[in-house]
Amino acid sequence: MELCDLSAFELAGLIRNREVSAVEALESALKRIEQVDGRSGSLEAGEITPEDEKKVHAFITRTEQIARAEAEVVDRKLAEGVIPGPLAGVPYTAKDIFNVRGTLSTAGSKILSNYEAPYTATPVARMQKAGAVILGKVNLDEFTHGSSSESSAYQPAPRNPWDPSTVPGGSSGGSTAAVAAGMGQLSLGTDTGGSIRQPSAFCGVVGLKPTYGRVSRYGLIAFGSSLDCPGPVARNVRDAAMMLNVIAGPDPSDSTAVTVPVPDYTAELEGGVKGMRIGLSPDFFKIQYFNHESGEMDEEPISAEIKQAVEQAADRLSEMGARIVENVPMPHTKYGIPTYFVISRVEVASNLHRFDGVKYGYRTPLAIEDLDEMYRRTRAEGFGAQPKLRILMGMYVSAAQYSAQYYQRALKVRSLIRGDFERAYDPDGEYRLDALLTPATPTPAFKFGDVYGDTVLMQYADQFTVTANHAGIPGLSMMGGLSKERLPLGIQLLGRDYDEAALLRIGRAFEVATQDAPWRKEKPQVLAGLA
Amino acid sequence: MIEYEAVIGLETHIQLNTTTKIFCGCKADSWGDPPNTNICPVCSGMPGVLPVLNKAVVEKAVLLAKAMNAEVQTDSYFDRKNYFYPDLPKGYQITQNDQPIAIGGFMDLPMEGYTRHVRIHKLHMEEDAGKTKTGYGRRLVDFNRCGVPLIEMVTEPDLRSADEVAAYLIRLRQLLRWLDVSEADMEKGHLRADANVSIRVKGETILNEKTEIKNVNSIESLRSAVEKEIKRQIKEVEAGNTIEAWTLDWDEDTQTLSKMRSKETMADYRYFKDPDLLVVHLDEAWKASILVDFPELPLARRERFISEYELPEYDADILTSERSLSDYFEQANKAYGEDPKRLSNWLMNDVMRLLNELDLEARDLKVTPEYLAEIIKMVDANTVNTSTGKSLLEKVQQSGKSPKEIVEVEGLAQVSDTGAIREIAARIVAENPDNVEKYRSGKDSLIGWFVGQVMRESRGKADPNLAREVLEELLK
Ligand SMILES: [Zn+2]
Repeated sequence: MELCDLSAFELAGLIRNREVSAVEALESALKRIEQVDGRSGSLEAGEITPEDEKKVHAFITRTEQIARAEAEVVDRKLAEGVIPGPLAGVPYTAKDIFNVRGTLSTAGSKILSNYEAPYTATPVARMQKAGAVILGKVNLDEFTHGSSSESSAYQPAPRNPWDPSTVPGGSSGGSTAAVAAGMGQLSLGTDTGGSIRQPSAFCGVVGLKPTYGRVSRYGLIAFGSSLDCPGPVARNVRDAAMMLNVIAGPDPSDSTAVTVPVPDYTAELEGGVKGMRIGLSPDFFKIQYFNHESGEMDEEPISAEIKQAVEQAADRLSEMGARIVENVPMPHTKYGIPTYFVISRVEVASNLHRFDGVKYGYRTPLAIEDLDEMYRRTRAEGFGAQPKLRILMGMYVSAAQYSAQYYQRALKVRSLIRGDFERAYDPDGEYRLDALLTPATPTPAFKFGDVYGDTVLMQYADQFTVTANHAGIPGLSMMGGLSKERLPLGIQLLGRDYDEAALLRIGRAFEVATQDAPWRKEKPQVLAGLA
Repeated sequence: MIEYEAVIGLETHIQLNTTTKIFCGCKADSWGDPPNTNICPVCSGMPGVLPVLNKAVVEKAVLLAKAMNAEVQTDSYFDRKNYFYPDLPKGYQITQNDQPIAIGGFMDLPMEGYTRHVRIHKLHMEEDAGKTKTGYGRRLVDFNRCGVPLIEMVTEPDLRSADEVAAYLIRLRQLLRWLDVSEADMEKGHLRADANVSIRVKGETILNEKTEIKNVNSIESLRSAVEKEIKRQIKEVEAGNTIEAWTLDWDEDTQTLSKMRSKETMADYRYFKDPDLLVVHLDEAWKASILVDFPELPLARRERFISEYELPEYDADILTSERSLSDYFEQANKAYGEDPKRLSNWLMNDVMRLLNELDLEARDLKVTPEYLAEIIKMVDANTVNTSTGKSLLEKVQQSGKSPKEIVEVEGLAQVSDTGAIREIAARIVAENPDNVEKYRSGKDSLIGWFVGQVMRESRGKADPNLAREVLEELLK
């Protein structure tokens, strides 16, 4: 087994005990990148070749020099007997939506193609302080606007290591693909409507969206400011807990980062699920969407394999002593996507105002008559289709004459969605849940190009994840099995405010319960036959 | 002939004198600093940054709201006002729209012979934008001013003349300095005022179409701008024309107003609550701690000076023009304990001259209120004469020593010894036979000259009244 295939926990232990060096761990990760990643995303990618189609393409910018320097510092400290941080020497990647001083921070957009960050995002700074070693900035949907990572201006877009003809999910697709393929034990992602959990499900890794405010957003290029959550992508639950330990906590630079005390997320990890109440809701076993022709909500079943994976997970947890509570009503789940369409668009239209060609980033090279033309051309040339669509919709629904009808109404629906969770978790209520167990996605990873272009359909890939963003609660997604096509099947746990620890504990119990399952032995396709 | 009245409302922007900006740690005051030197990722709108509210801004806003009799809101929040302009690096201004920090309020403005009740619509907190200018053949942007804290305070259309506009701004400026919330210097843009002006037939209650006067940077200029605009509107209406909702730009050099743009369509700023900031929750404890040392306000103090100390309005106005001066007066009055008007004269003439010369505030004087009282008491007791008393002010200010000590050390005490004065007087009479002759032949006014001589000989220490008595006797 290569060093890059060890868990962060194991690798950090070896490095701390000086059985391997941080530089050796880095070399292993760099070698893996050479083997499986292919060319990094670029604005002038040209044609996608058959060779490209076999590679992962997780990266936009590799930061080998910074990584070497960081790894050498770790080794030197260890040699001097200094106790390093908890993630000392562990290679990781950061979604290219985070500012990292001195690196290109593109958000996957042409409009930021020349933007070198002058400061470092708080979660990244905390990873640095913990001794983690940054391999680079990984690809994503442009400005995180998507669920497949195909919309990046930097092509080739990332591919799913389990089957490179399928998407890794998104928008943190570069993060989850990298972690799944051994290019860094960890990755820092963001989740606005499911952007950590959905690609983690597609790539068979563990993705955690913390409670809103648990992790500082400072330095994260904003999409939906009231929904955005930075969080860990890891290969197992313990690694996710270790990373959350590092990145969580209040931040004087983010007033929405809460001061609620941060527990040690690894402390109760092996506590088991005995006596915990875990709910299943029928509202998470069907896709409900608005039919534009009939004006009614239509329903479709979810993938039978995913349904089965969730049911089996419930059985395993029940065997471990959890109490499974069925038929928990979550009636507003079906409004999650339409509500998201309004709220996130209003926020993003405003958040993207600053990309105007004046201060940084791309500016039209064409001759211009006046300021207005500069704005129009810069934004027309610099933004891709997704940001444009979202700006247009955001402008529309926040216009003075429509705001009450759409935005104000969406805010009301949002509190109804939150109400569903409050009732389910109410310690004096009927259900008294510790967590809700749901599918992470309606289907396993879809083929490249299959859904891309259909914004509405693409968005329904987030139906089961987005309500957690509306409610602000934490959610964890992880692999619950493999499909016939050998694609990961994702399950999701949704928890109470600031109770990430419960989700991690349940997730860990599920890992223990399934450690001998045949699908646990399977590896992503791109790793087959590697020396 | 129809009589018209003006209907004027003011929109003021007050730059707070906090140390740092409203949402970041940059220095707030950039007066005289080179462009783009007081900036950071937050106030220059870098991708990914977040605002963090400076509590001092809230505290100053609460002080001002209280002083304006406004209703401070327990919960207020910030909104985004979205628009594109190069001096607005985020593409939106963080301001308060739906639920501002304070609502309502008023100022009772004392005018010559009447009081104008000026109602306040609301006060809200917001960040300032930067500046653009043209140079080197291109548009240049200076972000120094981005994020400087402002309070926008809007009056109802309650002012009725250009004089009232000026009086309101003078009172507001006085109040802002009094509360130490702003330097309130219009020339430096600490206090900005746009005036909405319309006219109507006197006695009517309707509001006619108004024009908005912008970019005026002194109270005097705003007075003349408003005056000119009222005259123009009356002329237009009398000529049968209608007033259009123009925005008017003031040109300081030519002292004229010109049309900026017509205001037919309101821009849609797509306001919405800023998700990056928490609700500003002013609980009772915080509010109480802000208001714990809330001072008596200038207009109230002015009234009290008139009623309690029986000072003329003029004196009361001047003594309350500035907080530290009025505090000084009260302290000196306590120490003096005699006629407040006599103290007021000393303050308005001699102490204020000293303040002007030295460019100091009253609280910074080495002549403490107690020292001033001591000096006046010595003059009252004829221990020193008036001119010595006045020169003592400067000596105390220079040395920081007590007036009594200076008088002792320098031997400045007035000579009230008749014998000593008689000796000097006799010598002067003997040495000036010509003037003695003239005096005796009826030129009475020469007595002043003789007294002066005695004063000179005694190096100012002689009691002039005593000298006069002795001289009159010798010259009989
Ligand atoms: Zn700043």
